Amino acid sequence: MRRRPWAAGLVVFLGLVLSGGGYAAATNVVQAETGSPAQVEEGRKLFLANCASCHGTNGEGAIGGPSLIGVGAASVDFQVGTGRMPGQGSGPQLRAKPVQFTQEQISAMAAYVASLAPGPAIPDEEYLRGDGDATHGGELFRINCAMCHNAVGAGGALTEGKFAPALGGVTPKHTYEAMVTGPQNMPVFNDANLTPEDKKDIITYLKYIEDNDSVAGFELGSIGPVAEGLFTWIFGLGFIIAITVWLGAKSN
Amino acid sequence: MTSTTETSATDAKPGFAGGAANYLDERLSVSAVLKGFGRKVFPDHWSFMLGEVALYSFVILVLSGTFLTFFYQPSMAEVHYDGSYAPLKGAQMSIAYASSLDISFDIRGGLIMRQVHHWAALLFVAAAGLHMLRVFFTGAFRKPRELNWVVGFLLFLMGMGAGFTGYSLPDDLLSGNGLRIIDGMIKGIPVIGTAFSSGFFGGEFPGTEVVARLYSLHIMILPALIIVLIGVHLMMVIIHKHTHYSGPGRTDDNVVGYPLMPVYVAKAGGFFFLVFGVVAAIAATFTINPIWNYGPYDPSPVSAGTQPDWYIGWLDGALRLAPSGWDISIFDYVIPMGVMVPLIVSLLFLALVAAYPFIENWVTKDKREHHVLDRPRNAPTRTAIGAAGVTFYAVLWAGASTDLIATNFQMSLNQVLVAMQIMLLIGPGIAYFVTKRACIALQNKDREVVLHGRETGRVVRLPHGEYIEVHETVDKYELWKLIDYKDYQPVLARPDANGKIGLGNRLRSAVSKIYFEDRIAPVSKAEYELAHADHAPEAVTEKPKRKQKSINA
Repeated sequence: MRRRPWAAGLVVFLGLVLSGGGYAAATNVVQAETGSPAQVEEGRKLFLANCASCHGTNGEGAIGGPSLIGVGAASVDFQVGTGRMPGQGSGPQLRAKPVQFTQEQISAMAAYVASLAPGPAIPDEEYLRGDGDATHGGELFRINCAMCHNAVGAGGALTEGKFAPALGGVTPKHTYEAMVTGPQNMPVFNDANLTPEDKKDIITYLKYIEDNDSVAGFELGSIGPVAEGLFTWIFGLGFIIAITVWLGAKSN
Repeated sequence: MTSTTETSATDAKPGFAGGAANYLDERLSVSAVLKGFGRKVFPDHWSFMLGEVALYSFVILVLSGTFLTFFYQPSMAEVHYDGSYAPLKGAQMSIAYASSLDISFDIRGGLIMRQVHHWAALLFVAAAGLHMLRVFFTGAFRKPRELNWVVGFLLFLMGMGAGFTGYSLPDDLLSGNGLRIIDGMIKGIPVIGTAFSSGFFGGEFPGTEVVARLYSLHIMILPALIIVLIGVHLMMVIIHKHTHYSGPGRTDDNVVGYPLMPVYVAKAGGFFFLVFGVVAAIAATFTINPIWNYGPYDPSPVSAGTQPDWYIGWLDGALRLAPSGWDISIFDYVIPMGVMVPLIVSLLFLALVAAYPFIENWVTKDKREHHVLDRPRNAPTRTAIGAAGVTFYAVLWAGASTDLIATNFQMSLNQVLVAMQIMLLIGPGIAYFVTKRACIALQNKDREVVLHGRETGRVVRLPHGEYIEVHETVDKYELWKLIDYKDYQPVLARPDANGKIGLGNRLRSAVSKIYFEDRIAPVSKAEYELAHADHAPEAVTEKPKRKQKSINA
């Protein structure tokens, strides 16, 4: 049997359409962004004044900054909302610092960047309330997050001076946005990987450990046995040596 | 002297206690034992109490551990958690972990007992380690105490073993990760590794057996060994008598101090409660091993900041610092040098520690008994070797926390690792050199002080116009401390009866040269008298002043 030359092309085309469309439908990354034209225009001005030198006048990227086309509103809200952007200094990793803009300005820039191309949106309030399943969230956190951020989010080291920051004090919105956009060295946990419900559970778990003090006393930074060992040698044994010196000195 | 008044108080009135004592004495002749034992003399010095701290920590461990055994269940069967800790409610976990959580949250007093137990464990090994260092740096391991050094060394190893088996019992993520590393190390040993691992874990890691096996080790075998070794250790202390620091009247033939009864019994009893108090206060205020944070063990996740307890840290550090890419392939078999190098290096280090008394004795060939301790500066080479060993251990130890050092001091993890690798190689050498020179300089200073007295900074103009600085002569008590040490000299390799110089002989001569080539001899009587002949009037005028000072202090 002889195949027509265009048949192979048609199969490939159908395959691509199906897998691409199916992927898009399943991951639900593309979300509609509704910023008013005035807000987008305001955002564009702020963008030109504060971001364009690195990210290009149309957000297409330039020396020193990646393209922002398709990164979505969530990415802008996280990066600028935690103070990481506008970037300051060069180093292995940009650090969080005092926020440079009002939330209104940040939202405007987010709306502008979202207008360039579809991308992850700022999450709905319903996922951020911390009323999910903490047990499930804890399990997901240990499997997906703890290897870099530590089991209770105390942070950890990555290679060459990069690091996974501590998660204490991070707002649920920024936590969600970080998961969905994967800032800097963090991988993206899209909605196919962790559903919005899963993310909500993780946020619930983090909120629980942040809101509830340790039942067992001071936590020594929650960084595990190293802090405990140092404490034993310096304070435990130190105090006991002071006692031995006292007991030894009494007789003299 | 307080001791005499206390003795007379115990001798008086035969009331109920006296009657009871008589009853026991007539049947068990306890008085003979107490007479011998109670009159044992112990010298007083703070550094002699470190071993005691380890002993008391062990007693605390036995007491708190017994409480924990009432509630802990060493089973790896799976259950769904139904205790008080909300973020784990309904989670699937082993009974071992669930019962550990119950001890922490649902059993009255369980959490503080767990924390007392764990803090006491850290303190036990730390105090034992510090005690070992004291014994090393003062030369207390010399004849006749070499064997007791080995017993103490074994106790330290048992302490590490007991600690690690206990660390693994809660079956949380942290302890499971630790066990996985041990499993990896066992499997890395060529030929026997795999079989040994599956024997230990009862099949593939983690299996369903290992927690129960670790439990037997942790609550029966290791504590029993520790108790036996402590018995032997203390028995030997009684046989050898305690060492003392040099001072007037203190020689290698006596012990100067207070009798066990009643002074040390009272002191030691009180000290036990002080140690217990410190441990309890720490346990009540500081979290240790919050197992609920780590979640149930599951072989897939690993938390950042996963470290062993401090006493296993140096082994973890050795694993981290071992360079990659040294693996050797023999046909289809790979010998993982990333495991073998740390294993061999740490075993060698331990062997050197255990054998040190015999090595030093081989060098000095000193057959006499030593009961007067060395000041570390008066044995410069030993002190330098000790400093090198401490540095080596400390770099490996710090190596276990490369990730935390990197994040907390904002450095690159890779560079921290490389810096530690370099430190591991050159650090001990630097420590050796600096320590040896410092010891010799201090000995020189002591010599100067003995011969010419201390500089006072007081410059006096004599009637004929000469200016001198007044030197203060040291008093007799301090003088003793400064001059009472043995001066070894390097041995030359001499031909034996057949006129030959054997290899061992040559080696010994070379090592002896390293040990004793650079040395400062203690001040001799002749030198002392010569030096003080012309300074005599000065010494007389300055002596009362010195006394005045020490009273004020």
